[in-house]
Amino acid sequence: MPATNKMTQVKQDATQARLAGMDMPDGSAWATEARSAAATRTLEMGLPHGRDEYWKYTKPDTLVQSGVPAAAVFSSGDVPIWDEVDCLKVVFVDGAFDADASSDLTLEGLEIERLVEATAKDIHWAKDLYGVLEYRGQDAVQRPLASLNTAFATDGVVIRVTGQVSKPVHLVYLHKSETSDVILHHCIKLEDGAEMTLLETGPGAARLNKVMEVDIADTAKFHHVRVQGRDHERRAVTGIFTRLGTESTFKSFTLTMNGVLTRNECVIELTGDNAIAHVAGACVGDGRDFHHDDTVFITHDAVNCESRQVFKKVLRNGATGVFQGKILVKKDAQKTDGYQISQSLLLDDDSQFLAKPELEIYADDVICSHGSTTGAIDEEALFYLRSRGVSVGEATDLLVLAFLAEALEEIEDETLAEGIYERLEGWLARHASL
Amino acid sequence: MLEIKNLHVKLEEKDKQILKGVNLTVEAGKVHAIMGPNGSGKSTLSYVLSGKDGYEVTDGSALLDGEELLDMEAEERAAAGLFLAFQYPVEIPGVGNMTFLRTAVNAQRKARGEDEMTAGEFLKVIRAKAKTLKIDAEMLKRPVNVGFSGGEKKRNEILQMAMLEPKMCILDETDSGLDVDAMKLVAEGVNALRDAGRGFLVITHYQRLLDHIKPDVVHIMADGRIVKTGGPELALEVENNGYADILAEVA
Repeated sequence: MPATNKMTQVKQDATQARLAGMDMPDGSAWATEARSAAATRTLEMGLPHGRDEYWKYTKPDTLVQSGVPAAAVFSSGDVPIWDEVDCLKVVFVDGAFDADASSDLTLEGLEIERLVEATAKDIHWAKDLYGVLEYRGQDAVQRPLASLNTAFATDGVVIRVTGQVSKPVHLVYLHKSETSDVILHHCIKLEDGAEMTLLETGPGAARLNKVMEVDIADTAKFHHVRVQGRDHERRAVTGIFTRLGTESTFKSFTLTMNGVLTRNECVIELTGDNAIAHVAGACVGDGRDFHHDDTVFITHDAVNCESRQVFKKVLRNGATGVFQGKILVKKDAQKTDGYQISQSLLLDDDSQFLAKPELEIYADDVICSHGSTTGAIDEEALFYLRSRGVSVGEATDLLVLAFLAEALEEIEDETLAEGIYERLEGWLARHASL
Repeated sequence: MLEIKNLHVKLEEKDKQILKGVNLTVEAGKVHAIMGPNGSGKSTLSYVLSGKDGYEVTDGSALLDGEELLDMEAEERAAAGLFLAFQYPVEIPGVGNMTFLRTAVNAQRKARGEDEMTAGEFLKVIRAKAKTLKIDAEMLKRPVNVGFSGGEKKRNEILQMAMLEPKMCILDETDSGLDVDAMKLVAEGVNALRDAGRGFLVITHYQRLLDHIKPDVVHIMADGRIVKTGGPELALEVENNGYADILAEVA
C-alpha cells in the first residue's frame, strides 16, 4: 500500500464517522483478524473524496456517506435472463441469502458455502484468500471502498473449484427494499486445471458494495458474465480482484443498464507465464440519472501473457460514462500482449464520455495498444439503412448493437451471449430512439 | 412512374444551387439513362430522390406513382418502392448482411401492411437470388460490405434490389470500380429485374454500361438541368465526341 497521503481532516472525520456507525460481523479468529486489518487500512487511506485523482470523474459522496439515498424498485417486465440455462442458483434478497429461492448448494467439481459459514470456521481455506487479493490490489492505487467491504461484508459465497464444473453458478441479487445498503464479498479459488462459469444478475440493493476475489491457479479457467442494473436509482461499487497463475484464463463480461451510479473496478494480476485475461463491458445509459464508471488495472508480472480490455458505452439524454484503464507491464514481463479499447457512442450532444487510458511499461519486448474514441451515430450508415426501408429508430438500434458487438464477442458461450442480446433489445425497445 | 418536375435543389450548408430545374419522366417498364460531366448534379439527383439529408429542395416536385416523394422520410420512400443502388455502398461493421437484408425486407413489408417473411422463407429466397449474382454464403454472413471488393459491393447492391423488388430503381454509377466481368454480372442482375411494372434510372459516366443495360431513353445532364434527351444513339455520341459538342450545341 502506498504511503497514505496527507489526509484532510474532513476526509478523516468522514471516514471515522462512517466506520463508527458500522458493525463488524462475528467470526472466527482469522476472519476477525482479516476484517480488523481491512478496517485499519480503510481508516489509514480514508474513504474516497471528490478531490481524489482516482475519483475525478465519478463523485463518490453517495457511495461513502452513512445514509443511503432511497432507490425505487423498477420492474422492466423482461423475462428473467438465462431462464432456460441450467445452473446452480444462489439468491440474495437485499443482501440476505434466500435459501428457499436458491438451489441446493452442491455441485460436482466445486465446494460452495456462504461467507458467514466459512468465516465462522476456525480452519478454512478461505483464510488465505479473504481480503488477500483485495489488499494486493491496493498496491498501486488506493481502493478504500474495497477494504471497507472486506471489513464489514455481511455475507457472500466462497467457492473452491477442483475440477470441471458441469453448469454455471448463478448469483442472483434481488432488490426489494428501497433503502437497503448491502455489502457482499465473494471468494473464489480455482485449483490447478479447474474450470467454472460464474453468472451474476440483478441490481442487488439500493446501494451495493460488492467485492469478489478470484484466485486462479495454473491452467485453470474462470468465465464470468454479469448483468447489473435495472433499478434506475440504485448505486453500486464493485471490485473484482484476481490473480492468474501459469497458462490460466480469466474472462469477464459485464452488461450495465440503468443505475444512477455504478463504479466497476477490476484489478487483474498476471503472475504466471502465458496467462490470458480479458475484461469487457457494455453499458447503455439514458438520462442524467445514469453514471457508469469502469476502472481497470492490469498488472503484467510474467512472461508472454495476454490482456484485453474492451469497453463500449452507449449514452444519451445527458448520461455519463467513465473509463479509467491502466496496463502496467513490469520489467520482466517480456512478450506481453496488451490491448485496451474504450469507446462511446453518444446519441446526442448532452451526454458525455470521460476516458483515461494509461500504459506504464518497464519491459522492452512487448506489444501494447490502446485506443479511446467518442463518436455519434454514423450518418452514412444510418441513411444507407433507411434507404432500404428500415425506420430511423430500428436503424439506430441496429447500429447501437453493432457498436456493442466487439464487447459482446468476448462472451464465449453463445447461449449466454444471446441472453445479453435479448436484454439489450428489450432495453432498446423501452427506450425507443424516436 | 417517376415524374420529376422543375426540381431545384441547393446544398443546406452552403448557398449553392445544384439542381436548377430538372424535368424528367420515367415510365414503367422503361430504362432511362442519365449521362453528364462531373459536377452536373447526377448524384445529387439520386440522393435528393432517395431522401438524404443535407439538401434543400427550393422548388419543384418528384412523384412516384402520383405520390410526392419529397414529403416522405427516406424509409417511407423505400417502402413506396424507390431503390437507390449506391455509388459507394456503405460499410457497416457489426451488422450481418443477412440480418440487414431481412430487417429491410420485413420493415418494408410491415410498412406496406404485408406479412413479414419468416426466417425460413427468407433464407430460401435469398439463397436463390444470391446464387445468380455469384454471392456465396460467406458473403451473406459477413458484416454489411465490410471487406468486400468493389465488385462484391456492387453485386450486394443488386442483391438488395432483387430482394426488395422496388418499383423504381436508381443506379448511381454502378459501373464505377468494376472490371468488365463484374460489370457483366451486375448488368445481368439488373436485366433480370427488368419488368413491365418497373422503371430504371441509370446514372453513368460511360457508355459501356449501357452496352449491357440497354436504355430506352438517354438524357444528358449539365449544370443542374437535363440539356438533351434522345435514344441510345445519344450515349454513343458522347462516347465518341465527349460532352463538349453537345454542351456547345445547347448553350
